[in-house]
Amino acid sequence: MSVLLEAKNVSKAYGGIRALDTCSISVEQGSITGLIGPNGSGKTTLFNVITGYERVDAGDIRLAEATITNQPPDKVFQLGVGRTFQLTRIFPRLTVMENMHVAVQRKGTRSLLSRWSSSHEQRRALELLDFVGISGLKDMPAGNLSYGQKKLLEFAFVLIAEPQVILLDEPAGGINPTMINYIGDRIRTLHQRGVTFLVVEHNMEFVMGLCDKVMVMHRGAKIAEGPPEAVRKDPAVLEAYLGD
Amino acid sequence: MKRFRAFGLLALLVLVIVFPVLIPDPGFDSIAIYTLLYAAAVTGWNLFSGYSGYISLGYSSFTGIGAYTLALICTHWQIPGGYIPFLLLPVAGLVAGIFAIPMGWVALRTRRVTFVVVTIAMMFVLQALAFNLSGFTSGSSGIIFPITLWSGDFYNIPYYYVSLVLLLLAIAISWWIRNSKYGLGLLAIRDDEDRALGLGVRTWAFKLSAYVISAFLGGMVGAMFAYYGGSIFPASAFDPVVNLSVALMGFLGGVGTLVGPIVGAFLLEPFQQYLTIQYGSVGLNLIILGSLLLLIILVLPGGIVPALHSLWLKRMASRGAISQVSHAMEQEEGMLLESAEGKRGNR
Repeated sequence: MSVLLEAKNVSKAYGGIRALDTCSISVEQGSITGLIGPNGSGKTTLFNVITGYERVDAGDIRLAEATITNQPPDKVFQLGVGRTFQLTRIFPRLTVMENMHVAVQRKGTRSLLSRWSSSHEQRRALELLDFVGISGLKDMPAGNLSYGQKKLLEFAFVLIAEPQVILLDEPAGGINPTMINYIGDRIRTLHQRGVTFLVVEHNMEFVMGLCDKVMVMHRGAKIAEGPPEAVRKDPAVLEAYLGD
Repeated sequence: MKRFRAFGLLALLVLVIVFPVLIPDPGFDSIAIYTLLYAAAVTGWNLFSGYSGYISLGYSSFTGIGAYTLALICTHWQIPGGYIPFLLLPVAGLVAGIFAIPMGWVALRTRRVTFVVVTIAMMFVLQALAFNLSGFTSGSSGIIFPITLWSGDFYNIPYYYVSLVLLLLAIAISWWIRNSKYGLGLLAIRDDEDRALGLGVRTWAFKLSAYVISAFLGGMVGAMFAYYGGSIFPASAFDPVVNLSVALMGFLGGVGTLVGPIVGAFLLEPFQQYLTIQYGSVGLNLIILGSLLLLIILVLPGGIVPALHSLWLKRMASRGAISQVSHAMEQEEGMLLESAEGKRGNR
């Protein structure tokens, strides 16, 4: 399998704290790759530099053949990297349907002047809302949704732009077990359709059940990678979680 | 409901059109002109500040630039009073729009409270320039517009209808933006700018262009204000009271809605005129106006239009027409059960 998303020797420091220290990861085309590590190990920072929210101090980030290092977030998204946030971020005062349309990409400046929703876009948005099971809420202000529904909405509007790879930051955080199963199920379905995922998650059961490969971060660098079962027994990983 | 609304709008439009014929009183017509102009100004302010959530308290920067542009053109080219200055309004708007590019470039690097402060500061910088570049603006002695030689009865009529045209133009632009992909991007910026950026919205270009369009309308309205007033001075062109009034009317009617600014202006401007006539001599009018701003934000943080809207939704829901919420909840439950069963089936 070919590598779709790759970070090579990426470093990022905030003052004296090295959040990322020559960190390298790679995500294979069509995989669900897990990214785990103790709190503060640099997982979210890695997401932020990949998606353009933070600039790297050194290193390289590639998507397929293109370099996306230090590109702004809108560019990175247009090139095909979608993400969700650890604390779900939707547009609370827009309706669910409007939320979906924000992420729809159109070509050319003139297309911005036409109505925000074409019938084709509308259909696509409804399909995806149906896929995550919240199409009945399409006219509700998104701020009125429950936390779990907001997660589903964020997931759905990232999908509408058909990104090549989706970065999920704790998709199972803060929601009930049934909903966790539901989200896992949706991810698997998309995976079967060929979507690539990189998943940060603290819920080990969820990660181990979902991912083909797991990478472990500690102090801003990758310390282990491999199939879930192997990683679980890796002494370096146990050390990182329990040691110090 | 839709037909009812269309009929209401049409009736309102007819009323506004025949108003100066029905009530030919110059005092009333003058208040009506200011009301229309304020409605246009607030609509222009709202299409940037309301949609994008970047609250500006320096809108008179642009009304002032527009006013000075028209005044300077009229004096330098010795344009006679009458209809020609009306035709120059777009030029005033254009100049204000051009000024807005560097101003927005700087101001839009800040957000929220800082942005508010920067917009106020910029307005005072422009006011100081108008005072001190006296070779260009004649400083504190101001500029007198050419006199229009219309008779007393007729005098207000052209101003009234040009103001109405400005308002309709502002509404048309605001309506178009609200319904476009561009406008949806601005609303997304209001709710979560960084999130919007991460979904491919070119936030910088969106904000700056909306700021410029907003300035363009402000410039035209400001030129009209000044031309109707007959003269212009630095302190009246770049006027903190205008900054405040525009924002106040926006908040009262409903920031970020299409009709909110018009509702706000139609309610507040006549009231403000009344305050000025009653209490202007002792300066109490500004104190009342400021207190009102605080009160509105306290009692109606969303404004009249959104408050009415949610009231209407509540009534519909209590009538049992559609209980969206309970329906949605049922659907979610169904979905969760389905997925749980699906999982069991897989294993």
